[in-house]
Amino acid sequence: MKRTILAALSAIGLAATVLAAPALAEDKLKVGFIYLGPVGDYGWTYQHEVGRQAVVKALGDKVDTTYVENVPEGPDAQRAIENLAADGNKLIFTTSFGYMDPTIKAAKNYPDVDFEHATGFKRADNVSTYAARFYEGRYIEGVIAAKMSKSGIVGYVAPFPIPEVISGINSFMRGAQSVRPDLKIKIVWVSTWYDPGKEADAAKALIAQGADILAQHTDSPAAMQAAAEKGIYAFGQDSDMIKFGPKAQLTAIVNNWGDYYIERTKAVLDGTWKSTDTWQGLDKGMVKMADFTNMPDDVKKLAQDTEDGLKSGKINPFSCPVVNQDGQTVECKGGDHLDAGQILGMNWYVKGIDDKFPN
Amino acid sequence: MNFTEAVILTIIASSTPFVLAGIGELVAERSGVLNLGVEGMMIMGTITGFATAYVTDSATLGFIAAIAAGMVFSSLFAFMTLGLAANQVASGLALTILGLGLSDLVGTGFVGLNRSKIPSLDIPGLTDLPMVGPILFGQDALVYLSIALVAAVWWFLYRSRGGLILRAVGESHVSAHALGYPVRLIRFGAVLFGGGCAGLAGAYLSLADTPFWGTGMTAGRGWIALALVVFASWRPWRLLLGAYFFGAIWIGNLHIQALSGSLPRWLVWPPQFWTALPYLATVIVLVMISSGKDRSGAAPASLGTPFVPDR
Repeated sequence: MKRTILAALSAIGLAATVLAAPALAEDKLKVGFIYLGPVGDYGWTYQHEVGRQAVVKALGDKVDTTYVENVPEGPDAQRAIENLAADGNKLIFTTSFGYMDPTIKAAKNYPDVDFEHATGFKRADNVSTYAARFYEGRYIEGVIAAKMSKSGIVGYVAPFPIPEVISGINSFMRGAQSVRPDLKIKIVWVSTWYDPGKEADAAKALIAQGADILAQHTDSPAAMQAAAEKGIYAFGQDSDMIKFGPKAQLTAIVNNWGDYYIERTKAVLDGTWKSTDTWQGLDKGMVKMADFTNMPDDVKKLAQDTEDGLKSGKINPFSCPVVNQDGQTVECKGGDHLDAGQILGMNWYVKGIDDKFPN
Repeated sequence: MNFTEAVILTIIASSTPFVLAGIGELVAERSGVLNLGVEGMMIMGTITGFATAYVTDSATLGFIAAIAAGMVFSSLFAFMTLGLAANQVASGLALTILGLGLSDLVGTGFVGLNRSKIPSLDIPGLTDLPMVGPILFGQDALVYLSIALVAAVWWFLYRSRGGLILRAVGESHVSAHALGYPVRLIRFGAVLFGGGCAGLAGAYLSLADTPFWGTGMTAGRGWIALALVVFASWRPWRLLLGAYFFGAIWIGNLHIQALSGSLPRWLVWPPQFWTALPYLATVIVLVMISSGKDRSGAAPASLGTPFVPDR
C-alpha cells in the first residue's frame, strides 16, 4: 500500500516538473487565444485555430501559444481572458463578438497586455479590434447564383438575425440583382451557429421548396452535403468545403485570420504594436474565395471580374442608392456607398427580399 | 418528389434518432434506472460510428461499433449506480459531460473528413409509387429498424415474462428482490440496452443524416429523447408517435419559414418558440399525468432510487 502511495506521489512530482517546464522559457512571447466553440467545429473556431497554427508555423521559435476553447460569452469569458493574462500571455486574441465587454474590462486590469478583439467596436489603448468583410464574398456568390440558378430560387440557411448575417444576405441579393433582378431568395433561420442535423434539415426544406442553389451562414458542411446528394449547387462557409460536394460547390468563403495574426504577433515582438481598428476584405486577403468550380467559363470569368472589382474598390456591394424592402431609399452616409456603421448595424432587408424580417 | 412528400421524408429522417435513443431510455427507466447520460452515450456513438465506418469503409461496422460504444459507456454508469449505488441523476449528468469531452478528444483526427451517406432501400416499383412510395419504401434501413425496435420492445414489455419481471423491478425493486429476482442484473441489462440504442441513435447522425464528424453534433438531441420518454408516459407506441411529433416540430418550423413569403404573418412564429415546444409539451403532459386519477401513465415507482440488497 505504501509503495502505491509513493509511486503516486512521485508521479505527481514528475507531472509538476513537466508542467513547470514551460514557465522557464520566459524569453518566448506568450500568445493566448479565446475560442467560442470547439476547435473541431469545422467552422468559425476551426478557422481561428488554423490562424493560430499559422502563427506557430511562422514564428514558432519566438512564441508560445495557448488557447481556451468553448468559452461562453459572458462573465466566464472575463475569467478565462484574465486567466490567460495572469498566466503571462502578453498578446490575447478574443475571437467572438460577445467577448467585447469582458475584453475591455480585462484590458483595464492588465494594462501591460495587448488585446485583439474580433468583430467588436469598443477599443482601448491596449485593445485593438479586427473583423473581416465577409459580405464582399457573398456579393460574388450572389452574382454566381443569379447566373447558375434555373429555378430562380436560392435557399439561404441562416443562424441568427444579427447585422453580420443580415448584411451578408443583403450583399448576396445586391450581387444577384446586378445580374438578374428577379432572383428570389428563401431564408430559413435555424437559431444555431452549429447543429449539422438541423442545418441539413433546413437545406432539405429549402430544396423541397424549389431552391436549386444553397447559401449558408452556419458553420458545418451539412448544407453542402445535402446539396451534393440532391444534385444541386451550394456555397461553402468558413472553409473550402469542396470535398463535401465535389460537384456541388460553386465557391466558398474562406476565413483567413493567419496573415493578420502573424502580423500582429510580429508587431508585439518588434515593440510596434498599437491599438488599431482593422476591417479587411478580399483586398488584403482576410476573406478569400475558394476556387470557382462547377460553372461554365463565362460565369467563372464574371465571378473573377467581380472579385477583382471588389478588390480594387470599383465595385461596392452597398453603393448608393440602396433601397430597402419597403421601397424607401436608405440615407447614404458614406458618400457613394453606405458607411461602415450602417453595414455593421444593419437591421433591414434590401428590396427584392420578400421574406419577413425576423424580430 | 412533391412538397408534402419532402416534408414527411425529412420529418421521418430527423425523428429517427429520437425514436432510437428514446426507446432505449424507456427500457432503462422501466427497470427503475434514470440515466440522464443519453446525450453523452449518443455522442460517443456518433464519433465511434463515424470513425469506425471511415477507417473500415463499412457503415455496418460503424453502426455495430456505435452500439458497442454506447454499451461500454453505459456500463460505466451501471457500475456507478448499480455497483456502487451512486446517485443516478449525478452519475447521468457526469456521463453526459464526460461523453461530450471524450468524443471531442477521440474525434480530433476525424474533423473535416467526408463519407458518403448510407443508401436508402429503394425497392424498384414500390418506391416509384406516388406519395406512399418514397415514404414507405424509400427510407434507409435504420428507419425500419427503429420502428421494428419499438414493436419488439412493446412485445417484450407487455407480452413476455422477461418484460413482466423488468417492469416489476422498476415498480418495486424490494418486492422483486424478495421474490428472488436478480434486480441489479436485470437493471444492468436494461441500462446496456439503453446505451446501445443511444449509441445507434448517435451513429444515425454521423452516418445517415450528415455523414461527417463535428464536435458536439448531437446538439441536445439526447435531452429531447429524455423529455420524449416522459412525454410518452413510458409507453413504447406513444414514444414512437411522440418522436415523430417532436421531429415534426423540429423540422416543420424550417419548412414553414421557407414558405413564409407566401404565408400569413400569424403562422410564422419565432424559431425559438418551436425549439422550446417539445419541452413545453412534455411539461404539459407531466402536469396532466400527475393531475389524472389513472396512474397507469405515471413513472415506474422505483425510478431513480438506488437499490442495495439486504439493507
